[in-house]
Amino acid sequence: MEAIMTAGPDRLSTVFGALADPTRRAILGRLAAGDATVAELAAPFTVSQPAISRHLKVLEHAGLISRTRRATARLSHLEAQPLRDATRWLACYRQYWQESHDRLDELLAALQEEPRRDQPSGRPADGRTDPREDAS
Amino acid sequence: MTQTDIVAVPGLPQIVITRDFRAPRDLLFRAYTDPELLVRWLGPRTMRMTVDRLDARDGGTWRYVHYQPDGEEHAFHGVYHGTPSPDGIVQTYEYERMPGHVSLNTVTFDERGSTTTFRQNTVFQSVSDRDGYVRSGMEEGVRDSMERLGELLAALTTAGHRGA
Repeated sequence: MEAIMTAGPDRLSTVFGALADPTRRAILGRLAAGDATVAELAAPFTVSQPAISRHLKVLEHAGLISRTRRATARLSHLEAQPLRDATRWLACYRQYWQESHDRLDELLAALQEEPRRDQPSGRPADGRTDPREDAS
Repeated sequence: MTQTDIVAVPGLPQIVITRDFRAPRDLLFRAYTDPELLVRWLGPRTMRMTVDRLDARDGGTWRYVHYQPDGEEHAFHGVYHGTPSPDGIVQTYEYERMPGHVSLNTVTFDERGSTTTFRQNTVFQSVSDRDGYVRSGMEEGVRDSMERLGELLAALTTAGHRGA
């Protein structure tokens, strides 16, 4: 469990903050296809190259990209780990509730198929829960 | 398959979960407040669950435990505020490995025709609390993979081409 906490919550907030902007998300999407220069990144947008550079600074600060020089051009590179931390956080929460609700769906269907009883216990659950059956 | 929608806006200490169920809201309410039913759906399938107490009335307390397959326990407890009813449930929520970090859950069941929309609004004490909460204990069972990263990037890319 400790390993999960290596990227602290504050770091995660920085990552989510950087991801909150649609232009920055589009830049990350472009970088997923390969490294790119500022000019290449700015091409699909109506905003100026300096504006794109400011977005790149935010992404770099969040650790989402790194930048290197190739000859005269500055290349941006997608860093996968912070995104992976961010997705893992959401994935954990999603997994917990999606799975719970899928199970609840099944339970509700089973309860509605049963003839109505006063006792709320339904048909025997799977093997992990208490196997005692309501004898009433 | 119906999807559970989860909205966690960056910078806000809140998470909103919604899901449609094909069931009357009274039945959903029962599934949420009857311990015998609750253990049959809450949490990952791989985790056994027990309910220590669930006193669904104003000021009543609740506590339940998820058990990982290796025996490790994750316990949660809280207090009901106002009388829980099919109109809604208001309760505090605390993960026992993070004492003092309490969130407030407001659950509503909105019935329309044969469908009931479940909505859970969870408010945390801070953004750090929200972001730190799940990662501290709910890692179990979640695949760590580039696949998810790919999915996210695909979603982000699509989202990014609006309003840039």
